[in-house]
Amino acid sequence: MRIMLSHGDGGSLTHELVAQVFRPVFGDELLEEQGDAAVVPSPSGHLAISTDSFVVQPLEFPGGDIGTLAVAGTVNDLAVSGAVPEYLSVAFVLEEGLEMALLRRIAASLARTAAAAGVRVVAGDTKVVERGKGDGIYVTTTGVGRVPEPGRLGFHRIQPGDHVVVSGGLAEHAVAVLCERAGIRFDPPLRSDCRPLNRMIQDLLAQFRGVRFLRDPTRGGVATTLKEVTLGTGLDIQIEEGRLPVRPEVGGALELLGMEPWYLANEGKVLIVVAPEEAGDVTAFLREYPGQELAAEIGRVSAGHGDLWLKTPYGGRRSLGMLSGAPLPRIC
Amino acid sequence: MCLAVPAKVLEVDPTRLRARVDYLGSQTVVGIALVGGVQTGQFVLVHVGEAVQVMDEEQARDGLALWREWLDDSEPAGLP
Amino acid sequence: MTTVNLLAYRDPELFARLLRRIIPALEEQVQKLGRRVRIMEVCGTHTVSFSRTGVRQVLADFVELISGPGCPVCVTDQSDIDHMIAYAKRPGTVVATFGDMMQVPGSAASLRRQRAEGADVRVVYSPSQAVDLALENPQKQVVLLGVGFETTAPGVALSLKRAARDGVRNYFVYSVHKLTPPALKALVEDPDHRLDGFLLPGHVSAIIGRRGWTLLELLNQPAVIGGFEPLDLVVSVYRLVQEMKRPVRLVVNNYGRVVREDGNPAAQRLLEETFEAAPARWRGFGMLPQSGLEISETYRAFDARVALPVDRPVTKAVRGCRCGEVVKGKETPLQCRLFGTACTPERPLGPCMVSDEGTCSIYYQYERSHHRDRREEPHEDYALARGWRQPDA
Ligand code: SF4
Repeated sequence: MRIMLSHGDGGSLTHELVAQVFRPVFGDELLEEQGDAAVVPSPSGHLAISTDSFVVQPLEFPGGDIGTLAVAGTVNDLAVSGAVPEYLSVAFVLEEGLEMALLRRIAASLARTAAAAGVRVVAGDTKVVERGKGDGIYVTTTGVGRVPEPGRLGFHRIQPGDHVVVSGGLAEHAVAVLCERAGIRFDPPLRSDCRPLNRMIQDLLAQFRGVRFLRDPTRGGVATTLKEVTLGTGLDIQIEEGRLPVRPEVGGALELLGMEPWYLANEGKVLIVVAPEEAGDVTAFLREYPGQELAAEIGRVSAGHGDLWLKTPYGGRRSLGMLSGAPLPRIC
Repeated sequence: MCLAVPAKVLEVDPTRLRARVDYLGSQTVVGIALVGGVQTGQFVLVHVGEAVQVMDEEQARDGLALWREWLDDSEPAGLP
Repeated sequence: MTTVNLLAYRDPELFARLLRRIIPALEEQVQKLGRRVRIMEVCGTHTVSFSRTGVRQVLADFVELISGPGCPVCVTDQSDIDHMIAYAKRPGTVVATFGDMMQVPGSAASLRRQRAEGADVRVVYSPSQAVDLALENPQKQVVLLGVGFETTAPGVALSLKRAARDGVRNYFVYSVHKLTPPALKALVEDPDHRLDGFLLPGHVSAIIGRRGWTLLELLNQPAVIGGFEPLDLVVSVYRLVQEMKRPVRLVVNNYGRVVREDGNPAAQRLLEETFEAAPARWRGFGMLPQSGLEISETYRAFDARVALPVDRPVTKAVRGCRCGEVVKGKETPLQCRLFGTACTPERPLGPCMVSDEGTCSIYYQYERSHHRDRREEPHEDYALARGWRQPDA
């Protein structure tokens, strides 16, 4: 069966879609009420709200799909802001002709990922666009979370001498998606690192007072994220190429494709700026979490002029800017 | 001008002129029409999905050994 | 069976030891010349390797590296780029290209921009994927942009053979492949070239062999064929400097693990079968005899120029762009008025700024700090100006 325009018109087919595809996998009591808005108990204090739209080709890739991504992306954005994600709303834009089975799989994996992260999907919407006007599925998720300690994290907390830690191997998401898209088959396939990190981040914040700043290095990779930090603080950061964790097979694939791991997207990693005395413990702590086995200290913050430096193992160093343009496989 | 990596041949498919190769743990299939007679276990230089040359392993080892020797001969003792 | 440790050529410790040993020899040459040694690394991948590994910087006091005509993007003539963009605009056409070409600006657009405007432009990693595209889209014409040198052309040749064998009628190649030695010949024969020696492209040499460079030997030019790992880079530079000191120079093969005397004869035969050497237009050099590869008579049906003609677009040169002189190593990007101001990697005006191996882009990324001049953007004060940082007390 395939999606038709009338699946999105609010009529009987829409109801059928909700009843047959979405309700069985989401099944939250708040969704069950089918009101125009979800009414949820409000925690006192500060809230964090984050929204993100997901457009990825292919919709399914080794290690995840657009559903996993839509949860992980928004949940991680909340978590790195120091929030505890609680609720999620999900909006689908479907393209006419989409296979129902594919939609089912993606809805199920979205629901599974949310459940694993301990986040409730409390509101949803579906629209259908004409064939050719969409890319299969677009998903928008909005997340709401509680912020126990507003102002605990941020650019303002970063100081010269702080260390920079990354929670695991770089570029895994980008490589998985790029290879699928470019039709380059690796065997076993290179898997995306896509996963929600909120539990890990909560534990991290509970245990280490010296954590000053968190960010998930998604599009543009570690380099672009750190460049944002240096520009935002006016401080310098130097990272060491020899310390950047990259799984060997990912590194191999990247060399084949002529791409640099520090400019490529991660969907299940976090960058941490932490007080120097806690950096070692933070790294060891992270390594206990699934997918974060390669956590490593990669660099340091120093007084400077807002520059990001990459020190190579051969004595030189180069200044890194933000990624410009999408990374593409090269032959040169 | 030409990005190429040395990958190890794991398996040869002589009829379709393709081989499964490994480069630092990532495995993929490349064409071997340009390197007739390549054997499993050899290293090939891969560019745009084709093996363009068979690597000379002896040379690879000797090349390095030569430079090491040169260093050992010429470095004054006591240097790190 | 013993295996080669592929990573041994990246060993930082061995690198450091070699460097210590080599620097006195470089110093000596610098003193003799009264300036830094000028080496042209012909190959763009060398350019990138020098930068990526930091070896460029480590050698900067002794060696001035000048990127040569080995970046296919940089030497592809503007009219060819416009031609490729014209294919992207042609109805019913799928353009298959290596990622490298996507951003290169033509007279009026780039492939990336064309794609945004609805053209079907696909990035492929290998030419055989372009044939697959043709098979998957039988109602469309698939045009592979055949860019590259001796290393890349055999892969494209194989795709032509496969298309011919399998009767794929909607696969075409727009060949602007180039041969490296004729460009070097033109460089060396230019009486005011200012180069002390050549680092020759390792992977082109894998195909054409050491013998492919005899013309440099005839012209008594110091030249070393080198690989791309950090150890390859320093040792090649050292051997090149040694060669400069000799009265009679031979082309030194410092990449024996890949390069043979005769190269890869099977690949050479294949190129002879599928292509014909022909005059070609190079950016900066103009027409060079026997320096390009045209698709041969036998495979004419797959030649986009013949089988799928598009209107020849009007080519407008970018006013002020010095790329042509830059690829010949006769000028540095700093001599271009547009460098760093109108022309940056984010908004490239000329091809030398587009690819990571283009000299202008390299200069932008690595050399600007050596030449802080009026064009330098006052980015120090970026954070200050925005109030993110307090002025230092
Ligand atoms: S800086 Fe830009 S405009 Fe000037 S020569 Fe280089 S590419 Fe051309």
